[in-house]
Amino acid sequence: MSKLTPVLSAHWDDKDSFTIAGYSRHGGYSSLKKALAMEPDAVIQVVKDSGLRGRGGAGFPTGTKWGFIPQGDNREHYFVVNADESEPGTCKDTPLLMANPHVLIEGIIIGSYAIRANHAFIYIRGEVSHVVRRLLQAIDDTYKAGFLGKNILGTGFNLELTLHIGAGAYICGEETALLDSLEGFRGQPRLRPPFPAIAGLYARPTVVNNVESVASVPAIIEKGAEWFNSMGTEKSKGFTLYSLSGHVKNPGQFEAPLGITLRELLDLAGGIRNGNKLKFWTPGGSSTPIFTDEHLDTPLDYESVSAAGSMLGTKALQIFDETTCILRAVLRWTEFYKHESCGKCTPCREGTWWLVQMLGNLENGVGTEEDLAKLLDICENIGGRSFCALADGAIAPIISSLKYFRDDYLAHFKNGGCPIDPVASTLFETSKAGA
Amino acid sequence: MSYDEKTNEQMDAIIARYPRSRSAIMPMLHLVQSRDGFVTPTGIEFVSEKLGLTTAEVYAVATFYSQYKRKPVGEYHVGVCTNTLCAVMGGDAIFAGLKDHLGVGNDEVTSDGKISVEHIECNAACDYAPVIMVNWEFFDNQTVESAKTLVDDLRSGKNPAPTRGANKVSTFKETSELLAGFNDGHAEEGVQAGPATLLGLKIAKEMGA
Repeated sequence: MSKLTPVLSAHWDDKDSFTIAGYSRHGGYSSLKKALAMEPDAVIQVVKDSGLRGRGGAGFPTGTKWGFIPQGDNREHYFVVNADESEPGTCKDTPLLMANPHVLIEGIIIGSYAIRANHAFIYIRGEVSHVVRRLLQAIDDTYKAGFLGKNILGTGFNLELTLHIGAGAYICGEETALLDSLEGFRGQPRLRPPFPAIAGLYARPTVVNNVESVASVPAIIEKGAEWFNSMGTEKSKGFTLYSLSGHVKNPGQFEAPLGITLRELLDLAGGIRNGNKLKFWTPGGSSTPIFTDEHLDTPLDYESVSAAGSMLGTKALQIFDETTCILRAVLRWTEFYKHESCGKCTPCREGTWWLVQMLGNLENGVGTEEDLAKLLDICENIGGRSFCALADGAIAPIISSLKYFRDDYLAHFKNGGCPIDPVASTLFETSKAGA
Repeated sequence: MSYDEKTNEQMDAIIARYPRSRSAIMPMLHLVQSRDGFVTPTGIEFVSEKLGLTTAEVYAVATFYSQYKRKPVGEYHVGVCTNTLCAVMGGDAIFAGLKDHLGVGNDEVTSDGKISVEHIECNAACDYAPVIMVNWEFFDNQTVESAKTLVDDLRSGKNPAPTRGANKVSTFKETSELLAGFNDGHAEEGVQAGPATLLGLKIAKEMGA
């Protein structure tokens, strides 16, 4: 189980892994040829049979999503990739696209063929110049190779692919906000239903998939659904990218079957830096309730993480050791959600503002135990009361940190401020220690 | 209220990418920044006329997204990640150190117009924390000292190479043209992946996977 399974990352160590020549050398675009020789519905069936679930956080089965697109409706369909990777801690799609944009493009062509879309979009965040370059070049080269455009490989299938570059807004990672943004509006979430599969981009049936989900498709087509679902756990099939960051000796990307544990990953990453103790961690980004060392052996699959009170999310494992003040961490995340709240729903817009005020006071040692009750009360009044899950994400670190680290909050009041020296938690401190 | 012929053609090329013209608004605003250095009233009027929208509709979009600037930024716009993980790992110290070193506050420009500094949110490079972005190019694993050297080099025209990016940092205006979707031809430069990206693969190969 603990063995790593590099599939997406298998050839990232080739210097030219991002070029069409580098991708083709390892069989790139052969899955496309195989898929285009199949019936579109058969392609959807393979993805369904593989058990692939969305890698962007929600874990919805990808093939099922594709199957929701109504067929024979005489309307345009759109295939949209969510590359707006912005969830704090999440850093998998960006290096994937820098190292191999073509695997995403091949997945897009296969997916568009399956759902019968003739125009696809990649919505990428605007703060990653070099990834934008690599994608623009890769799209150009794919058109030149005849895998995009009119009559692809003589099959009569046409597909245009447009790179849409964002301009700085976390909320556009929410799929309906993304669609509003792509239509040229402020990126604000829509009320659902209707879901994008019925009324998405320009009110047409639309699939919105995460980068890693789509990039997993070419390998599934090539090696088959059974190969994919032989990896992972009963309900969480296949392999995925786990991103370890923070106070680990060797942070980085680890591609492994779903169900690996943090203890196993930490072993591979050389453990916590300086031999320090693990204090808290996020299993899937800042919107997923934090875990502690109690959860080192929780299998990192959708069901087990959920059963332990959090969410697998984007498998963004942010690791914090004992030098970190939990309140400082939570306050900063809360400031993030306040900044990124789109302002559409009152509970989120006003609530995140109040949470920042309260947590700021608490971090400065101003407050009492009663304030902690008030903090939780505000959280309860924000959760589940907005169009999208941003506010639910905002309260996750607060509620979970109060569950595990209530004493740390109280220590701030007793101390009249933060009792922890922020210098000890920096990377420079590690280098000084010669670790 | 007009731009040169090349800009006009680029605006039309952007509109042609989309089934419906309004979708072009974001790349068009990036292109405005590539010409004017920020989103100017002239740019807003131009975009609104091109797309048949009111200026209020264009302003609504321009003011929603943090990469659209309402006033000039430096030739090199330096973003220091101060979201939780980078902040804890040293981003807070780096941001404070840079403001002090340059004598500017958040979102301010040095008097020579070369450098502006801004604290930014998570930029999807947590395994390289603490991270600095210069015109949205990655400078990984920074320290207070390396950050000061970085901005000094940028000011003196040395133009250091990003850790994972092109051979040199483009100017803010050049970058904005790239973000409008125009390939600047530098995709082949730089590494395909940094060491943290390759760590799992390296270990897997050592284990014989």
